[in-house]
Amino acid sequence: MERNVLLSLLEKNARMDTKDLADILLADEASVIHEMSELEKEKIICGYHTVVNWDKANQERVMAMIEVGVTPEREFGYDRVAKNIYRYPEVDTMYLMSGRSEFIVIIYGKTMQEISNFVGAKLACIEQVKSTVTLFVLKEYKVNGIALEDDDKPSERLVVTP
Amino acid sequence: MMKQYLSDKVKAIKPSGIRKFFDLASAMDDVISLGVGEPDFDTPWHIREAAIYSIESGKTFYTANQGLKELRVEICRYMKRRFQLDYQPDANVVVTVGGSEGIDIALRAIVNPGDEVILMQPNYVAYEPGVQLTGGKPVFVELKEEDQFKLTPEALRSAITPKTKAVLLNFPSNPTGGVMTYEDYEKLVPIIEAHHLIVISDEIYAELSYDTKHASLANFPSIKDQVILISGFSKAFAMTGWRLGYVIANETFTKAMNKIHQFIIMSAPTAAQYGAIEALRHGEEHVEEMRASYQNRRNFIVKGFERIGLPTHMPQGAFYIFPCIKSTGLTSEEFCERLLTEQKVAVVPGTAFGEAGEGYIRVSYAASLEQIKTALERIAVFIQQFR
Repeated sequence: MERNVLLSLLEKNARMDTKDLADILLADEASVIHEMSELEKEKIICGYHTVVNWDKANQERVMAMIEVGVTPEREFGYDRVAKNIYRYPEVDTMYLMSGRSEFIVIIYGKTMQEISNFVGAKLACIEQVKSTVTLFVLKEYKVNGIALEDDDKPSERLVVTP
Repeated sequence: MMKQYLSDKVKAIKPSGIRKFFDLASAMDDVISLGVGEPDFDTPWHIREAAIYSIESGKTFYTANQGLKELRVEICRYMKRRFQLDYQPDANVVVTVGGSEGIDIALRAIVNPGDEVILMQPNYVAYEPGVQLTGGKPVFVELKEEDQFKLTPEALRSAITPKTKAVLLNFPSNPTGGVMTYEDYEKLVPIIEAHHLIVISDEIYAELSYDTKHASLANFPSIKDQVILISGFSKAFAMTGWRLGYVIANETFTKAMNKIHQFIIMSAPTAAQYGAIEALRHGEEHVEEMRASYQNRRNFIVKGFERIGLPTHMPQGAFYIFPCIKSTGLTSEEFCERLLTEQKVAVVPGTAFGEAGEGYIRVSYAASLEQIKTALERIAVFIQQFR
């Protein structure tokens, strides 16, 4: 079974039926299920998420990207201070970056106030953190390859063609 | 009433067997169509953007008859890196209005009235009328499921007469999904050489080859000059509506085809040519993504048909399966008509691709997995009544 084909199928649609996956991979269902649990154990599959358009669900939610400037530590580089940041459950996503600041941290909150509190009271107080720049997201257009507001336009392909 | 004024050649051409299903299916709601002979992808955005930009920059004039030099250079580079074929942009390439024009001008350039042209059956719908319009005589070779719809040397030999001028091939094949490998072609080369046959090779589905590497008769140096290769952007780059293709051949044939092309077409649409340059320069990654996606769907649909009880060979190219439906006791037309009216799934009867297609249906998997899945469920229900 081709692992990477399985992974790219699941990346596009994590809810795909294992029977269907088996047909596509020309394998039996049991070995697909086995392979998936192996991939989970190896942390190659790290989770199955749903892309939600919260605006449409009438749920107030604020998303912020925070550029965090830090001082690296001898022996640990950036990794230990990163861990001190992502340990906070408020942190959804975190990257080490090239460029003007070391980290980008993505957090979600109910209000801007809630996010400011987190930045001021927790994030900025970490010893190695030199600076923060908080960028609030105003609108999400495309998430994980999915355009959130594209209407499903009916296909204009002719129904039968040679 | 006005029929008497029509030319005899046009009157002799049979209407397309697909038309009827198109009319039927178009009039119905909730039809799932697996009857479509084109990709279900939109043209990749960078290609569309390049064409839009060409229009914005005022590139709205005729191009050279043969097509933009820049495009012909890219076509030659592409043929070299992808298929190991050496051609020259001025001597060997004409940019056409789709592969369809390529087929037409290739036939017109070489066929005299009375010449025989060997066609495969089942095969794409345009070849027979194309030959008829030249005054040539189509001679059919039946491709068989037990040969995986390949052309065998025996079958080719048996169709050759002193009047045979050319053989028209289409691999990967619409409608069967069959392919010819390098080894398969190797066996045909001595025959083509000995009988001085011209090969018109429609390779529009070349990029959509799955478990094998695409091969062309033009890869054989001893007969390369006898091969007119037809290809285009429709299938691989999802550009059907752009109507852009090309023919590649020896210098003499190229000049002859360009002569016809310049008088009937002038030049292929300019914006489409600029889109095509972009496609060849930066589009191959998308082609590979689409190819991988078709391959997944091919596996899925073949397994599905196996489960339903209509087993089919695993096609190696294009985006069609061609399952045998003889076990239902229905003709191809009856099967397709009833499947459409009873279960609202559109597929195309094998007979639309020639009499040899009787007992088969063409099912296109250029549809979403969800559509294929629902269609399979409906076909399973439909098949029940014949068990």
